[in-house]
Amino acid sequence: MKPRNAIITEVIHETPTITTLKMDLKLEALPGQFVMVWVRGLDEVPMALSHPDAITVQRVGEATNVLSGMQVGDSIGIRGPFGNGFELEGTRIMLIAGGVGGAPLLPLARLAYAKGLDMTTIVGARTGDELLFEQQFSQCGRVSVATDDGSKGYHGFVTELVNQFDLESFDQLYVCGPELMMKGVLDILQAQAIEARSQFSLHRYFKCGIGVCGACTIDPSGQRVCKDGPVFKGDMLIYSELGKYHRDATGKKIVQERFEDSL
Amino acid sequence: MARTDLSIELTGLALENPAILAAGVLGTTGSSLKRIADSGAGAVVTKSIGIEPKPGHPNPTMFKLGCGFLNAMGLPNPSYKEFRGELITAREGGVPVIASVFGAHPDEFSQIITGLDGADAYELNVSCPHASGYGAAVGTDPVLVTEITKAAKQAANAPVWVKLTPNVTDIVEIGEAAQKGGADAVVAINTVRGMAIDIHSGYPILGNRFGGLSGAAIHPVAVKCVYDLYQALDIPVIGVGGIANYQDVVEMMMAGACAVQIGSAVYDSINIFNEVTAGLARYLADNSMELDDIIGMAHRKVGR
Repeated sequence: MKPRNAIITEVIHETPTITTLKMDLKLEALPGQFVMVWVRGLDEVPMALSHPDAITVQRVGEATNVLSGMQVGDSIGIRGPFGNGFELEGTRIMLIAGGVGGAPLLPLARLAYAKGLDMTTIVGARTGDELLFEQQFSQCGRVSVATDDGSKGYHGFVTELVNQFDLESFDQLYVCGPELMMKGVLDILQAQAIEARSQFSLHRYFKCGIGVCGACTIDPSGQRVCKDGPVFKGDMLIYSELGKYHRDATGKKIVQERFEDSL
Repeated sequence: MARTDLSIELTGLALENPAILAAGVLGTTGSSLKRIADSGAGAVVTKSIGIEPKPGHPNPTMFKLGCGFLNAMGLPNPSYKEFRGELITAREGGVPVIASVFGAHPDEFSQIITGLDGADAYELNVSCPHASGYGAAVGTDPVLVTEITKAAKQAANAPVWVKLTPNVTDIVEIGEAAQKGGADAVVAINTVRGMAIDIHSGYPILGNRFGGLSGAAIHPVAVKCVYDLYQALDIPVIGVGGIANYQDVVEMMMAGACAVQIGSAVYDSINIFNEVTAGLARYLADNSMELDDIIGMAHRKVGR
């Protein structure tokens, strides 16, 4: 499809670096599906839908910088929704959201709440003022907070807080956040042999976004993050490149930076 | 009933079936190529590899239209030095791996082929329609195509295929130039130049402004090119362009292709290779024919 025209109807500054853009488009999407967002004349980037009519953007590069500065009345191009989203399973679930990783998890929390599921959400960020959707998640279930600097909630990494829960008691765990946070969570689940009960939303460099070009495939399965994912089951990821390396726009392997730098 | 034999010998390579993954599609990594080999492709072609790492054009780089796909990837690749490891992984798939190679002049092709030793064949990309100084920029000049093919043949310890652009007045002239240079086969066609503009804003949609059209829209163009090349050349013609089912394969072979390549159709199904080869085998069995019976059939019907 050609990009659909979307006019920004509301700009919400969620944190100092994260902005939600509401659009005049309502997309029927599964939680965890994504759209390709075209900043005309500049670039097109994949973004999670945080609401049926909104994307939530963290300022990390040129395109997201421009998006973060958009005003009501500005417009962008939207293709999608694409990919496979999260699947709700069981009755007692945990959501683990690091940084802007909360964006694809919020629609899942809302759906789980509507279905009456018992839900615990862990929200993590570097600092208290960077916590995303803490209030929205707390409207859907229990919330625990972790911050790297201890300015709010648990003082430490998300993975340390996760370790304090009886993870066996959850039917399914849903994770999205920085790569090494996700890898840390996966390691914890694997140590308890419950990785099959988890779903992770991955990020990789996307070009086509529709499963043809192959820029976003992961090793060793050759699965396409844009089409076979972005959500994958934990047991599928155990022996994968997750947390070890990813590829840049040329296809070259980039070894993952240190854990602390990635959170 | 015995399974219909689809195995072919193509430029000295043994293929279990004639359905090959086209260049540029799911060919960035070895594991991705392996996955396609596992899903029934007779051979796989890598993403086009060059001298230096290239990030490609800015996004959007590809999108679907009602009639096909437009793309302008811009030859993203990590360089032949970085790609060596991917090639080794790809060969674990157990089917021939053809390295697609692009360069600006004969010496670059030689350097890449020498440095990317170990491919089962090399496919020279002298046809990408949207990379300045590469692809069709060199592939529209018959003299240059002959020189590049000669240089590649000298450098390669494996067969050399030349992938032709349809964005020329006469594709046969370029095909003959490749044959003159010693090509073992030609591959026709690459994408057809195209463009789309966003009517809400007036911006060209592709990051590169224009690109190449693939998919169903170009299938008849490809059939005509393959038909003409088969008539004019003595080397095998490999048909590519809008192949999405076994009927398209049969048609392309009747035009003269001895094998086909499939690209955009992986959009609809990653299992496309198993699907078309099963369909092709059934078609041949139902009609009591073998592959050789259909290759070039359209020429024989009307008198060559």
